[in-house]
Amino acid sequence: MRGDVITGKYFMNGDVAAAEGALSAGCRFFAGYPITPSTEVAERMAERLPEVGGIYIQMEDELASMAAILGASCAGAKAMSSTSGPGFSLMMENIGLGIMMEVPSVVVNVQRGGPSTGLPTTVGQQDMMQAKWGSHGDYEIIAYSPNSPQEMFDLTVKAFNAAERYRLPVLVMADEAVGHMTERVVIPEKSAIPIVNRKGPSVPPSEYRTFKAGADLIPEFAVAGQGYFVRMESLTHDELGRPSLTAETQQVLVSRLQDKITRHAHEIAEVEEYLLEDADVVVVAYGITSRCVRQAVDEARAEGVKAGLLRLLTVWPFPSWRIQELAAQAKAFLVPEVNFGQIVHEVERAVAGRATTKFVQYTPGAMPHPHRTLKAIREVAA
Amino acid sequence: MTTVPEELREIHPRDELLRTDLFPHIWCPGCGLGIALHAFLEGMEKAGIPRDKRTVVSGIGCSGRTAGLLRVDSYHTTHGRPIPFATGLKLANPDLHVTVFSGDGDLFAIGGNHFIHAARRNMDIHVICINNFNYGMTGGQMGPTTPAKAKTTTTPYGNFEHPFNLPWLAATCGATYVARWTTLDARRIRDSVAEAAMKKGFTFIEIVSPCPVGYGRPNRIGSGLDEMKYYEEKWELRGENWIIQEGANPREADIDLGKVIVVGKFVDIEKPTFLDMYREQMPQFQAKKEEAKDRKEEVRE
Repeated sequence: MRGDVITGKYFMNGDVAAAEGALSAGCRFFAGYPITPSTEVAERMAERLPEVGGIYIQMEDELASMAAILGASCAGAKAMSSTSGPGFSLMMENIGLGIMMEVPSVVVNVQRGGPSTGLPTTVGQQDMMQAKWGSHGDYEIIAYSPNSPQEMFDLTVKAFNAAERYRLPVLVMADEAVGHMTERVVIPEKSAIPIVNRKGPSVPPSEYRTFKAGADLIPEFAVAGQGYFVRMESLTHDELGRPSLTAETQQVLVSRLQDKITRHAHEIAEVEEYLLEDADVVVVAYGITSRCVRQAVDEARAEGVKAGLLRLLTVWPFPSWRIQELAAQAKAFLVPEVNFGQIVHEVERAVAGRATTKFVQYTPGAMPHPHRTLKAIREVAA
Repeated sequence: MTTVPEELREIHPRDELLRTDLFPHIWCPGCGLGIALHAFLEGMEKAGIPRDKRTVVSGIGCSGRTAGLLRVDSYHTTHGRPIPFATGLKLANPDLHVTVFSGDGDLFAIGGNHFIHAARRNMDIHVICINNFNYGMTGGQMGPTTPAKAKTTTTPYGNFEHPFNLPWLAATCGATYVARWTTLDARRIRDSVAEAAMKKGFTFIEIVSPCPVGYGRPNRIGSGLDEMKYYEEKWELRGENWIIQEGANPREADIDLGKVIVVGKFVDIEKPTFLDMYREQMPQFQAKKEEAKDRKEEVRE
């Protein structure tokens, strides 16, 4: 029987790699609902969780799946679900609950084309804004964007660590191409995988306050059954967890929920930079697109155009500070995405008119071809 | 302001089980929730469930406010989702005693799908439904248990839908324990809560409760006390003693305006829970794993 970390080199698809990343990060509870193209994550968890003493449960829908992982996390388990488009929409309700109750959890969204049932079996990047704005109310979120099966493993581990550290649902915004791609995945030794666990109460139960946060703005998490009598509340609440339906309490609570992410944004956000030192044209991309358009950058360089690639490993929090720095040097920003224009608006906001920002549209349903981005690079460089 | 000496302060004997900093509660005069809550606390004490292992999960609505009032690990979740939340809580730590305390709209309209599946799985959680026949918190709208022809703010000409018969629904979905009481009989609720709390598997208790503001007034039932009197008139205990298993047939337990309300225990059976079955299958899982070691996605380079 295999353990939680199956150290070795594998030929593995992205969905399976995400499941292995979760297990390596300490995930012991999975609740989900089958949906293409993320089903392989659930299948792998159904197979593997019993091997490591965990629980797999197939719920009646994604509303229930998200609620169940929050419940499991409140009982102390590292918990995950995986889904795609329509299921992600259903999860929005309880992603909001996870943000409000500050419950560590991970959702892998293997994006397909939408709206509605859309393109169930093919690639899309159309849920990027939904990840940030899809649940009602104001909140900050953490969302990773892998571009290979290896990153499905690595970034799922990071997602668990960020969820535990910052106490919120963390999203792995994958896509069908990465989820269904099969290639080399290296799973390191267990000791080489850094693991973060949520901080527990530092005070006795009599002094414990469910939502009292220190300087880092992150409250201490008491697990159910330890005598701390936690008071988890979905209404606007004070630090004791008492409902308090006033503008004053909303101001204090919702500010903290946002600040705990924005104040740590530089620690959380990760980018990969390729040929940016002298770049006139900056291509900003994430997920499968970032992998395809790297070729366009190389070909543009061969043609003498100073092009570079800023790859977003975390799309949220959005690394606007890096875009702002690059806007002082570059003439143009190109944002290729497999959607009808989403993250391009964030880039445009950060560039704030100091350079040209252009969207390179790739239609969901087909792999993004480098040629279209190369053409756009030539146009803006001319 | 003079300070009241300790010995003269009025302390309710169950204060230690409550978060008294939230009192006075938000419930209307004449509401049955206080009676149900007290009976629930007494039942949990009677069952001897360790206090630090008690968890209560609620959804949204008047009944949903219960969790936050209790000095246990309490979770006031989203509308309709206390059952799946409780499912995760229980599975991640089976030592916890998990009660879902919520209302008829929360559990059977928006949360109906979760109820039937948790019952089907025989998830080891204890569901208590306060049935007041309407959405009280939002001001008295029609819900899935509103009797036909009853008036609510969204059925001004009388309800034209068939209501759920909750004990029958729970029984057919596979609950191992099903009972219904009205707030008229707090001691029977207490005993039933204790009995259900000690059972393994998915248990369900419906507590018919007056809502004088949302339901009693538009249907000319009167005050909370009048609604209790109405139950007393209409209340019918099937069987000589509610302990008798075959005392009541849930199929005949539908509630109709002006007709009898059948109360009693409908179901009390034993069957393997989700976790019992999961654990039983696990060795097979492990054996399969040995055979499948050389699957194609795991071919080492």
